[in-house]
Amino acid sequence: MAIFNKEDAQALLKKVLAYSTADECEVSLSGVEGGNIRYARNAVSTAGDTNTLTLTVRSVYGKKSGTATINEFDDASLKKVVQRAEELAKLSPENPEYMPMRGPIDYKESKSYIPATAAIQPDTRAEAVAKSIKVSKDNKLESAGYIENRTSFVAVMNSKGFFGYNKGTDVIFSITTRNQEGTGSGYAARGFNDVNKLDTAAATRIAAQKANGSANAKAIEPGKYTVILEPVAATYMLENMFRGFDARTADEGRSFMSKPGGGNRIGEQLVDEKVTIYSDPFHPELPDATWNSEGFALDRVNWIEKGVVKNLSYSQFWAQKKNVAAGPFASNIIMEGGTASLEELIKSTERGILVSKLWYIRLVDAQSLLLTGLTRDGTFYIENGQIKYPIKNLRFNESPVIMLNNVEALGKAERSISIESNRSYLIPPMKIRDFTFTSLSDAV
Amino acid sequence: MGMGAFMIPRSMLHATPIEVEAALNGGMDVAIKKQLADVALAAAKAKGATYTDVRIGRYLNQFVVTRETRVQNVANTESFGVGIRVIANGSWGFASSNNVTKEGVARTAERAVAVAKANAKILDNPVQLAPQKGYGEVSWKTPIEKNAFEVPVKEKVDLLLAANALAMKGGVNFVNSAILAVNEQKYFASSDGSYIDQDIHRLFPSFTVTKIDQASGKFESIKALSSPVGMGYEYLTPNSAEKVGGIVTRYKNRYDMMEDMANATEGVKQKIKAKSVEPGKYDLILDPSHLWLTIHESVAHPTELDRVLGYEANYAGTSFLTLEKLNSKKFNFGSKLVNIVADKKQYGSLGAVGYDDEGVGTKQWDIIKDGVLVNFQAIRDQAHMLGMKESHGCCYAQSWNDVQFQRMPNVSLAAGKEKLSVDDLIKNVEKGVYIIGDGSFSIDQQRYNFQFGGQSFYEVKNGKIVGMLKDVSYQSNTQEFWNSVSAIADKDDYRLGGAFNDGKGQPGQSNAVSHGSSTTRFNGVNVINTARKI
Repeated sequence: MAIFNKEDAQALLKKVLAYSTADECEVSLSGVEGGNIRYARNAVSTAGDTNTLTLTVRSVYGKKSGTATINEFDDASLKKVVQRAEELAKLSPENPEYMPMRGPIDYKESKSYIPATAAIQPDTRAEAVAKSIKVSKDNKLESAGYIENRTSFVAVMNSKGFFGYNKGTDVIFSITTRNQEGTGSGYAARGFNDVNKLDTAAATRIAAQKANGSANAKAIEPGKYTVILEPVAATYMLENMFRGFDARTADEGRSFMSKPGGGNRIGEQLVDEKVTIYSDPFHPELPDATWNSEGFALDRVNWIEKGVVKNLSYSQFWAQKKNVAAGPFASNIIMEGGTASLEELIKSTERGILVSKLWYIRLVDAQSLLLTGLTRDGTFYIENGQIKYPIKNLRFNESPVIMLNNVEALGKAERSISIESNRSYLIPPMKIRDFTFTSLSDAV
Repeated sequence: MGMGAFMIPRSMLHATPIEVEAALNGGMDVAIKKQLADVALAAAKAKGATYTDVRIGRYLNQFVVTRETRVQNVANTESFGVGIRVIANGSWGFASSNNVTKEGVARTAERAVAVAKANAKILDNPVQLAPQKGYGEVSWKTPIEKNAFEVPVKEKVDLLLAANALAMKGGVNFVNSAILAVNEQKYFASSDGSYIDQDIHRLFPSFTVTKIDQASGKFESIKALSSPVGMGYEYLTPNSAEKVGGIVTRYKNRYDMMEDMANATEGVKQKIKAKSVEPGKYDLILDPSHLWLTIHESVAHPTELDRVLGYEANYAGTSFLTLEKLNSKKFNFGSKLVNIVADKKQYGSLGAVGYDDEGVGTKQWDIIKDGVLVNFQAIRDQAHMLGMKESHGCCYAQSWNDVQFQRMPNVSLAAGKEKLSVDDLIKNVEKGVYIIGDGSFSIDQQRYNFQFGGQSFYEVKNGKIVGMLKDVSYQSNTQEFWNSVSAIADKDDYRLGGAFNDGKGQPGQSNAVSHGSSTTRFNGVNVINTARKI
């Protein structure tokens, strides 16, 4: 059994903690159950199951800490793992940045667990894949896709009296459809806590529409264009920015959040006033864990409000050094949107490019957060409010900071996944002026 | 998709922490592994498997991570378990478990057969496996001189902190350094009659120095010129015979961290004051410490047969290379000077093993010969698609609990046949950039259009290096780029670069791979300026 309920997890952790003789001890129990199917060329290529349960013990003497892990749960093994962590702690070098463990907190229950998702069986996955393959075959396209569901839990207890428990479910699905000539390709990706919201046939229909619509693309000159980024494209671009909401790297002078001359950009107008980015584990569309492993309860935090940097995350060590309150990095990210639909954003565009997806984004310059990457799986030229024709893929060199200064309009935020990390976000489609494309690609 | 964004593969971070001493015991006896493998082979056969392979794996990692004057982390991790792959009713099935007992492996074998039979119901074409003669009981070990796990943690910490101190004294603002040691103890058995015991060692020392100009708020970094290697701790014993002189010292089979740290410290101070590049066409002179990554992305990935056929379409992508281009025997991949070799045996490389993860003895083969595409990379269930009778021996799984699939071998550019030094390559260049060290990297999903940065950029004018540049990236198209090769230095300059985190597959798996080359000149490549103001 990989998924423990709160009471069983608490009882086991209490038992383990009782074996500790260290100055401080933290014990955590985590488990994952789930499975996946991968398919290509309209047929299943691999399928797997996951079932893991792990106990981790962190023991501390002064500022020396040691960690040990085990996946056996008889009494002798539980004692052994505590002893092992204590031995390692005694042998470890002192960490001058060590911060004491935190005591009990009040936190509200998370809404991230959905029983229907936890009940997924191998047959459920196979049926979802069969529906997707059927749509591809009906459209005379070749499909390659991936579905994965996970139920996971984590419970943490420490010798200062902290106890936290969270359980969650996730299902992700992605699909690429290509025409037989290899001249058109389309993509769709979905991620939910609740499997009832996942419609693999509908997602595949969108991918199929893009595959057929993107065939025989025309080349245009690279340069600065107004773009409409669909949520899956915007998510991948912005994920690279969210990682930088950290006070320490900013204060150290090596981040786009660093202020020239020293300090960070909290209080500065960094991007357009239409931009508000926050975390909220209680958002109904993106529920997440309501406490973190440092022992903090999580609630709504505004990172950027109407374009102004409001908060950066502070580790306990850095907060103490800077004499401010510690501010944990939350587990989800939401960007507020507007009310327009994607179609309305297109309609309001005189000349521009619709970007379905971005690919292989990498950091070029940490100072300006300049990123490079390419469009993929459906790029279209817009003229007088209408999609005119598919265009060849383009490489961009652009910073999300510059991009968010050039926001023309935002659509309605929707749940989207990053194609690289598979993490879910709530991100709107966005219309951006002067987005910089630097070369053409022949890739389909 | 390509190289992951992080240095350390995620699978390594999720392994189980252990004590240092535990890493030094030999693990399960090989005779017991054979007994367990035989139990699994019999259990799978009894359930109807027509082919079975069993991998009992113990994966050890050690990380020592520091910054400035502090040790941030010392961790030893271990992961042990069994992965069983079968063919039943013509379809693949796979299952894994950390219960490595007779009962555990038998149950896992049965689960693998059940998965195969379920998949067979929606199968169009049964698996065709290239025949492989059993080797009997054999073994292979990375030819190391000093097991990194036997070197005390204190010795590693002392080296890293001494190197950090040198950088801080030299005036950098920040320095991060680390040593990562890997030991894969892999036992493979198959229904072909192979029982293969392998002990594979890898090592990666690295650092980054950062300099900040307080007045302007600008910062620059330079990374170490070390490579991750398929060697033991001997790699960290400096040896002047393994050094390559020039504008900055570079390293072959032995690395001098103190010297490289001193050079990087001076380098980053120059880089922050360097001239911002003027965009335009330049001849590029690319050092092996840089070129390995360009080879990885633009040559090694597009010649993976699973990409060519569409199996990676939903994630890593497909390839601009096709079976038609291969079969034409005249697809002009690069200039006549370009010879690309795949090699799973090369000394010191990350990909070197005696046998791959489906029991095929490793080998070397040509991929590009005199500029023409002559082969791809294929494993046992793909060999027939290329009309081959046997696999290339490049099947790999990152762990016992991941299914093995086609992964790139070491793919390298052969050294130039003519006697040529780096100075010879530079002396005829009117307007060029000499690039040392790898940086930013991005390439499209069919591997046509790419953009690469680097670590140190030197401006070349009228045959001479005249100073340092910054904000340099180059963009090109794979076929155009490799056709622009105008000179390759000889074997005296040949070195390997590489990474632990070559990523592919869903769920993603990391592969460790090296790419060798000598310094190479590419004519007329488009260079862009990457400086921006926010």
